[in-house]
Amino acid sequence: MSIEHRDDTGDRFGMWLFLYTEVILFSGLFILYAVSLANYPEQFSQASHKLNIYFGTVNTLVLLTSSLTIALAVSAIQMGRIKQTLILCWITVGLAIVFLINKYFEWSAEIGHGIYPGSEQLAEMGAGITVFFNLYYFTAGLHGLHVLIGATLIGVVAVMTAKGKVTSDRYVLLENSALYWHLVDLVWIFLFPLYYLIL
Amino acid sequence: MSEHTHEPVPYRTFILIWVALLVLTAITIAVSRVDLGALNIWVALGVASIKSSLVIFVFMHLRQESKLFKIGLMVMLSILAIFIGLTFFDVLYR
Repeated sequence: MSIEHRDDTGDRFGMWLFLYTEVILFSGLFILYAVSLANYPEQFSQASHKLNIYFGTVNTLVLLTSSLTIALAVSAIQMGRIKQTLILCWITVGLAIVFLINKYFEWSAEIGHGIYPGSEQLAEMGAGITVFFNLYYFTAGLHGLHVLIGATLIGVVAVMTAKGKVTSDRYVLLENSALYWHLVDLVWIFLFPLYYLIL
Repeated sequence: MSEHTHEPVPYRTFILIWVALLVLTAITIAVSRVDLGALNIWVALGVASIKSSLVIFVFMHLRQESKLFKIGLMVMLSILAIFIGLTFFDVLYR
């Protein structure tokens, strides 16, 4: 047996430290949102009504469910149920793809209505609405990028699990990918009510 | 070894938390359709905070982690509060 250094708690703490910085990154955007909302309350309300609440709600359900499946995947691998772990990982990846497909249709419809950063139609709607949609595209876009990265990570871990590189004894990679995925869910928990649900 | 890994959380716990998250989502949507003035945004943020706590403590296993992880979270939230506080101190009193 070779002697190797192993510190799963340290690995997890490293991931948490990274996630703290991710929260600060997204917070910058949410603070911009808060300041703009204070400056243009009525325009923000008008702009929010242009967003499709159904896409937002469906994507909320998709992300909450994917958070459940990846949490279950961690329990499954801890109990040595490799097959269930794989199924749960791939369901999570599938839900991430559903999320991105929804996003594609949602953004296509909005861009089709002339609502996108830099569009003349948007500029005519006034400063408040322009700020709302610029922030919306930037925040949701950055979030979408995180969805893509998180799904890729989980896919890679699933392949490694199938190959026996991630096992019921050594699964910190799955735990950390799951932590990243939960962060994606956390950001959406705030993004959804703030952008889609202002009356 | 044993201190590096957690006891597996039963599936049931996670499913119950998921149901709670769905119920809270329904509450946010329902409340957002009623005009409460400025209160709307605070209800939305309050419910979102409850949902986040459920995700952080249960889904992300923070309950099972050592104090260090929780202190880290508190430090991060304090930095965030300072960040938000100072921004609004400037914006609101300009």
